Amino acid sequence: MISKSLQVIWVLFGATLIVTGMLRLIPGNPVDHILGEQATQKARMQLSKELGLVDTEGKPVGFVRQYGSFISRVVTNELKSYRTREPVMSVIAARLPYTAALAFASVLFAMCLGPLLGVLAAWRRDEWLDHLTRFIALLGISLPKFFIGPLLLLAFSIYWPIFPISGASDGIMSIILPAFSLGLGMAAVQMRFTRASVLEVMSADYIRTARSKGLSERVVYFKHALRNALMPVVTVIGLELGSMLAGAVIVEKIFSWPGIGLLLLESIQQLDMPMVQGVVLVIAFFYVVINLLTDWVYGRIDPRVRVS
Amino acid sequence: MNRLVVWLVAALVVMALVGPWLIGPEGLEINLKLDLKGLEAGRLGYGENGFDVLTWLIYGARVSLFIALTCTVISLVIGIAYGSISAYVGGIFDAFLMRCVDVLMAFPGILLALYIAAVLKPGVGNLIIALCSTGWVGYARVARSQVLAVKEQDFVMAAIALGASPFRVLFRHIVPNILGPLWVQASFGISALILAEASLSFLGLGVPIGTPSWGSLLEQGVNYLFVAPHLVILPGICIAVSVLLFNFLGDWLRDARDPQ
Repeated sequence: MISKSLQVIWVLFGATLIVTGMLRLIPGNPVDHILGEQATQKARMQLSKELGLVDTEGKPVGFVRQYGSFISRVVTNELKSYRTREPVMSVIAARLPYTAALAFASVLFAMCLGPLLGVLAAWRRDEWLDHLTRFIALLGISLPKFFIGPLLLLAFSIYWPIFPISGASDGIMSIILPAFSLGLGMAAVQMRFTRASVLEVMSADYIRTARSKGLSERVVYFKHALRNALMPVVTVIGLELGSMLAGAVIVEKIFSWPGIGLLLLESIQQLDMPMVQGVVLVIAFFYVVINLLTDWVYGRIDPRVRVS
Repeated sequence: MNRLVVWLVAALVVMALVGPWLIGPEGLEINLKLDLKGLEAGRLGYGENGFDVLTWLIYGARVSLFIALTCTVISLVIGIAYGSISAYVGGIFDAFLMRCVDVLMAFPGILLALYIAAVLKPGVGNLIIALCSTGWVGYARVARSQVLAVKEQDFVMAAIALGASPFRVLFRHIVPNILGPLWVQASFGISALILAEASLSFLGLGVPIGTPSWGSLLEQGVNYLFVAPHLVILPGICIAVSVLLFNFLGDWLRDARDPQ
């Protein structure tokens, strides 16, 4: 666990290095890139200070000092949006609950649907139910989110106007379609994973033992097999939850869901680099931490993992 | 089934190569009379300012596949070089290179490509740079684990004993023997890149405005979802089908290599 935590610190250090260093990789001056060729000298100087490229006297500073001042401004919430002048981290904190709610709803949806379908498919292996669920899973995996989302909008907001078209103002009703679009891929992965896991467990010796004791097929299946089959599913949740953070950017755009993904896209359009950097760092931070927690939870559930 | 998949992939590639040449660029011109007309107006309908959707899709196939294939080749070359050198040299050097890879894995999915595409100016070249920046990591990991497995084998020892230079041992003797799993990964990689390119273009960070691509058509389509749903449905089907095809190709390659 300690070495894992050290690794996380290193990875986060590297991630901040990439996010700050990338601005220096822009061909030419990042200030010209943001302001365009016609900007006044004063505006240029101000933005250069803003981005930490020059010090208060207007002298260029080296990358190490740029990096240091960037990190200290992130930590002290001094990093300001270039457009609105608000502190970046405060803005992100205000939008974060929306993304968290979306991710939570998607996981909930995927967790209800995926393992259930997987168990059913394995139970009725090679029957029509199995084929149907596997086909749905294939669709869920191969259909891109930016295709599912608009299709859902067409079906359930336009032809049958059940759900609102965009935004988050209608409470629970407005989260259903975004959560469905974001969660469908995860549900499909969960379904496949559960099915494979159940089928593997069903051929284990202790299942034969349970059957030879004369237990009913139902007890064997739901009591002996499922309990063991569902354990590995936990890891998939963690991994998928992390990748959901990237998918959220797309889904939030389709449904105008006001989370940090939409904030990221808005900031990119406005060339608000401090905000863009802040959002990218926050997403990377949560991704890394979620992966660490997944490792930890899995080690608790299955002690064999801790050994390796 | 497997033959069918191979033929369909071949057909897709041929369509992308010669399709634009056959259909001609006339359909991409502005024709306000046909603005956003649906399938009933003929062909596959028309988009913003009346471009022909069929022409756009065929030109888009070329752009999307070109980007996906180019990125796969570049990522493969970088990944194989990075991973195999890391594994062959070993020790602290290997550990350091792998920790650098870990850093790139801190960004989920297309986030890093999205950030790089946002920092650079829009353009096909910059899009390829953005997609390759994370695309090579998977290949590097596979190449490394393969080289670790192969480098202790007798034929490597024999080559070293014969006095071959490390460079020659690595790239003439070891690398040709590790390519199998990488081909499988590459065909999954192509479908992931088709998706990534379409995602970035959909987010407005991919190809420059006006360049035909499946993702850019979808982006436009979302704005006209009420009046012209075919602008979403048709490119969506193109993307989903080609992603599926390259995934099937990967399954087939994997099964062909390992009959179990």
